[in-house]
Amino acid sequence: MMNYPQVLFQNRKADRIATLEEYRQSGGYEGLSDALSKASHKEVQQVLLDAVLLGRGGAAFPAGRKLMTVADDAPHPRYIVCNADEMEPGTFKDRVLIHADPHMLIEGMIIAGYGAQAEKGIIFIRPEYESAAIILEREIEIAEKAGYLGKNILGSGYSLDIVVHRSAGRYICGEVTAQLNALMGKRANPQQPPPYPTEKGLWERPTVLQNVETLACMPHILRNGPEWFKKLALTETGAGTKIFSVSGRVNSPGCYELPMGVRLSEIIEVHAGGMVEGSEYKACLPGGASTRFLPRDFYDIEMDFDTMRNVGHRLGTGAIMVFDQKTCLVAATLNLVEFFARESCGWCTPCREGLPYIRDLLRRLEEGQGEEEYIPMLQQMSKHLWSSYCAFAPGAVSPVESLITYFEDEVREHISQRKCPFK
Amino acid sequence: MIPRELKESLAQHIASIDHPRELVVDVMFAVQDHYGYLSDEAVEEVAELLDMSPLEVEQLATFYTFIYREPVGKYVIHVCDSVICWMEGHESLLDHLSGKLGINLGETTPDGMFSLLPVCCIGYCDRAPAILINKKVYGPLTIEKLDDILEKLRAEGLTPSI
Repeated sequence: MMNYPQVLFQNRKADRIATLEEYRQSGGYEGLSDALSKASHKEVQQVLLDAVLLGRGGAAFPAGRKLMTVADDAPHPRYIVCNADEMEPGTFKDRVLIHADPHMLIEGMIIAGYGAQAEKGIIFIRPEYESAAIILEREIEIAEKAGYLGKNILGSGYSLDIVVHRSAGRYICGEVTAQLNALMGKRANPQQPPPYPTEKGLWERPTVLQNVETLACMPHILRNGPEWFKKLALTETGAGTKIFSVSGRVNSPGCYELPMGVRLSEIIEVHAGGMVEGSEYKACLPGGASTRFLPRDFYDIEMDFDTMRNVGHRLGTGAIMVFDQKTCLVAATLNLVEFFARESCGWCTPCREGLPYIRDLLRRLEEGQGEEEYIPMLQQMSKHLWSSYCAFAPGAVSPVESLITYFEDEVREHISQRKCPFK
Repeated sequence: MIPRELKESLAQHIASIDHPRELVVDVMFAVQDHYGYLSDEAVEEVAELLDMSPLEVEQLATFYTFIYREPVGKYVIHVCDSVICWMEGHESLLDHLSGKLGINLGETTPDGMFSLLPVCCIGYCDRAPAILINKKVYGPLTIEKLDDILEKLRAEGLTPSI
């Protein structure tokens, strides 16, 4: 087993969280303390930008850049929101991270909050993660008592409060603008910017939203510097480590913190224990349900935002779902589209109407009632879904489009044999 | 009607924050905990507490997976049917559950003990196939393990609470 540096998981234990004391012993809250005493909020933004910290929630937007879009004269109170909704199928890294080292996230939120000069912090969390919500509430209180939260943090004059906001469960709440609506007690429909949330977010105030893993990287960048962070990656273009949540047909499904740019083959064979007996790698969804199937040809690809983008794929959340040669990808895609059709908020037409249509075509194919013309119909319908308001629908058709790109033969076998060839 | 104590503590919490409406999910959960589900009466009570219209509450109540607008059993079983659990055999789990409890998805056993509902990926793909019972996760499951869990819950559910 390769021995890679563990940054986000350095205090991870089998059965319990790291305490505040343990987190501090590993250098925790040093980054914050240095930043508050020596750096301006602009310098914090710049350090995060220099570190090329890209959003780990799937969109890969530079975290430093996002903080910079909050205008100097923007009104207060400002909000820093931690997106702990994590409802992308296959993704469970944020859950593991919170259960490993909650103070790392809390420190990251304070740093990001300082960078945005925000007074209010909110952690938006899905109901399935109730145990994580309880941990966070308890540890926030402990951080407050230690002087890391509340008024005049560490004597710096900067103040921030953090609360945990429980959701009642809906995939679309993970989308930035939908999440803001949900937080304001409205139906969680996305809104097409402008205005951008960093300009007018919660209650018309600047709001910066970051993923759990993105925030957890921040204390380490502040403490060790942007160059150190960039060097953690194996690729030139990458920076930092990445938590890969691996599931499906591997021997050891779970979360692995590995350098950005590590090869897919290594993740599967070395870290996730290899394919289960009798299974061969056929494809994976490399970053959640809204990424494209990655077939055998890409088995050795370096898992980094840039290298993936260069070959027309997305790293997404780094949730690798592995499929073997015995799994029908038409049926798998049908399952994925069923998920998206159910979870669509229904606000805009292409998504609300298009997904059930695609699901129906896939179901007929899977049940052996497919026609040749369904293939161009699937392609055309998928294209229409790109004109929806938010990224939900383009994500939803990623498996469909890539199914036809890479596995058209398998789709055709369903048509010619008048049945699913895997049954 | 919700008990006066609960109403007062919710009202107090609501009065203490800048934007009361942000508490709507919390209030729905609290009232749902009291009734077991969010009845029509409950929707109106939530609306009144937050100075919203019942319709505004209704469109949220029907939007979220974990708000129940119909009566549910003592134990609500959410069966994950997303892609990894599907691949690891969620269908046979569901068939078994359905057969054993004698109910389909969306139904509750006549004794009011169990409800069966589908749920999308619950974020426990490393423990697939997985289910939630009253928000607690169980997995990776086999038919045998599932039987054990159901038996334990049934025994627990039949014990009168003091």
